[in-house]
Amino acid sequence: MAENRQPILDVQDLGIDFGGLTAVNDFSLQIYDKEIVGLIGPNGAGKTTVFNMLTKVYQPTRGTIHFNGEDTAKKSVVDMNKSGIARTFQNIRLFSQLSVLDNVKTGFHNHIAYSPVAAVLRLPSFTKQEREIEEKSRELLKIFGLEDVAETVASNLPYGAQRRLEIARALATGPKLLLLDEPAAGMNPQETEELMAMIRLVRDHFGIAILLIEHDMKLVMGICERITVLNYGMLLAEGTPAEIQANPEVVKAYLGE
Amino acid sequence: MNQKKSFASMLFDEKHRDRLISAILVLAAYIIIEVMLSTGNLSSLFKGLLVPTCCYVVAAIGLNLNVGVSGELNLGQAGFMSIGAFTGICISGRLAASVENEVVRLLLAIIFGLVAAAICGMIIAIPVLKLQGDYLAIVTLAFGQIIKSLITNMYLGFDENGFQFSFVNNNTSLAPGGKMLLNGPMGATGTARISTFTMGILLIAVSLIVVYNLMYSKSGRAIMAARDNRIAAESVGINISNTKMLAFVVSAGMAGAAGALYGLNYSTLVPNKFDFNTSILILVYVVLGGLGNMNGTMIATVVLVLLPELLRSMQDYRMLIYAIVLILIMLLTNNEALKNRIDQIRHGKGSAGAKEG
Repeated sequence: MAENRQPILDVQDLGIDFGGLTAVNDFSLQIYDKEIVGLIGPNGAGKTTVFNMLTKVYQPTRGTIHFNGEDTAKKSVVDMNKSGIARTFQNIRLFSQLSVLDNVKTGFHNHIAYSPVAAVLRLPSFTKQEREIEEKSRELLKIFGLEDVAETVASNLPYGAQRRLEIARALATGPKLLLLDEPAAGMNPQETEELMAMIRLVRDHFGIAILLIEHDMKLVMGICERITVLNYGMLLAEGTPAEIQANPEVVKAYLGE
Repeated sequence: MNQKKSFASMLFDEKHRDRLISAILVLAAYIIIEVMLSTGNLSSLFKGLLVPTCCYVVAAIGLNLNVGVSGELNLGQAGFMSIGAFTGICISGRLAASVENEVVRLLLAIIFGLVAAAICGMIIAIPVLKLQGDYLAIVTLAFGQIIKSLITNMYLGFDENGFQFSFVNNNTSLAPGGKMLLNGPMGATGTARISTFTMGILLIAVSLIVVYNLMYSKSGRAIMAARDNRIAAESVGINISNTKMLAFVVSAGMAGAAGALYGLNYSTLVPNKFDFNTSILILVYVVLGGLGNMNGTMIATVVLVLLPELLRSMQDYRMLIYAIVLILIMLLTNNEALKNRIDQIRHGKGSAGAKEG
């Protein structure tokens, strides 16, 4: 990484306590534009908690998060999305009763300007913007191979397709940083292969940075440019995939002594 | 795939189909009733039920937006109807001398009733919708009771000096020529009955247009997204409390409009008419008609409003039969086998339509 570049995400000494339990402590991370970074660690290391702090589902107890050079201390979940962080969830959270197409359209929520009154009166501004959103949504569905199931109710999709739909919906919000929480969970090796290609495509096509949590080491080592390892809520190691693989501390954390 | 949708596939596209069925239902009801009215085939009992049925349909459609589409329980819909009804009565009574055209007066009463109920809805929703869980149900339940008590103890009259208002017994001293609008527990008396069936049908049509247009827009998607998964909805930038507020206020406003129409259909209206039972009754219409299903709600409302009246000849047994019918509808509408059968029929036709296109 060029030293003079500004990171789009700059996390310093982040920490959170739940009552007396310190879940994450002294966690720092920098992500630069168009980078794919992996966040790994044993179960219960605090990876998802980090995601929840980055998106403000949890308010951090300590530390700072700067996104795009802006302090995010006072921002809510909604604000974080508006400023450009989108995410997927470990346990898929789709709008289960909406169609696949409507799920993606919902992602465009803050890119639509017409008022509810314009919608009720079906003013030209409504018709025009709805047509644009429909087009954009179908384009996104095409990228993720979901165009044939656009009218299907989201909860009826197979597992892998639900994961892809979640990514499509997150991208619809127009993020600069995409957080993927175990995108390959429950996928077979072939689906994982396709997912890797898709994540690279997303980075190149949308020009955004990606931070992903994943247990599938083949995926992590295959697509991440940098990897951060978390253990017991603390930063254990940071580096390129090759450095991480060679790090004895990391091997110990995963396999024990 | 194919950009041009055939007419058949348009018909079986859920969004269009629901609207089409709604339009047919409302239009058919209007034509049939008008024909029966003009040929004199309608009993006076039925004639009296026309406007109240329309009112309950509008209130139920509104409640379905809040309970079915937005997923927030509201146990005070009758409270909003009450606000609409007594606001409408006061406006109509006040304007009786100055606005002679009854249709204009009725429209004004409905608009004022709608706005008053919507404002009350907004006031109670601002703090409550920031919370999660069933708080809204508890607050709306209390709200319904509070409104009932307030109006039961309210005396309102007007004379040449303007409105006279009192909460303590009737010590409003009106100048000669003044008129009492609200008489405490006696409610409104001597109201000019200006509600018409045509206005009722128009109100239903407008409510349906508002609800459908809202549902199939940015706001509707946000409302349903917030219902399906709150955390995910926030993560895509949807402000949950604003979204739920929109559904709640529109719902309250529709109850207010329905209430105004209802109030102006009777020469006497007591505040007790809009009690907790009425709220539950409207909720029953919504639940039996199907959450989020406006056509079901309309049919359930009409059947359940008319049924007790039709059974009046059976005297003591009528509530028993009413209860049995309720249970039967519940069993039928929740029957998995029956649902699957309907789904099969729908999908069979739907795919045939797609092939044609």
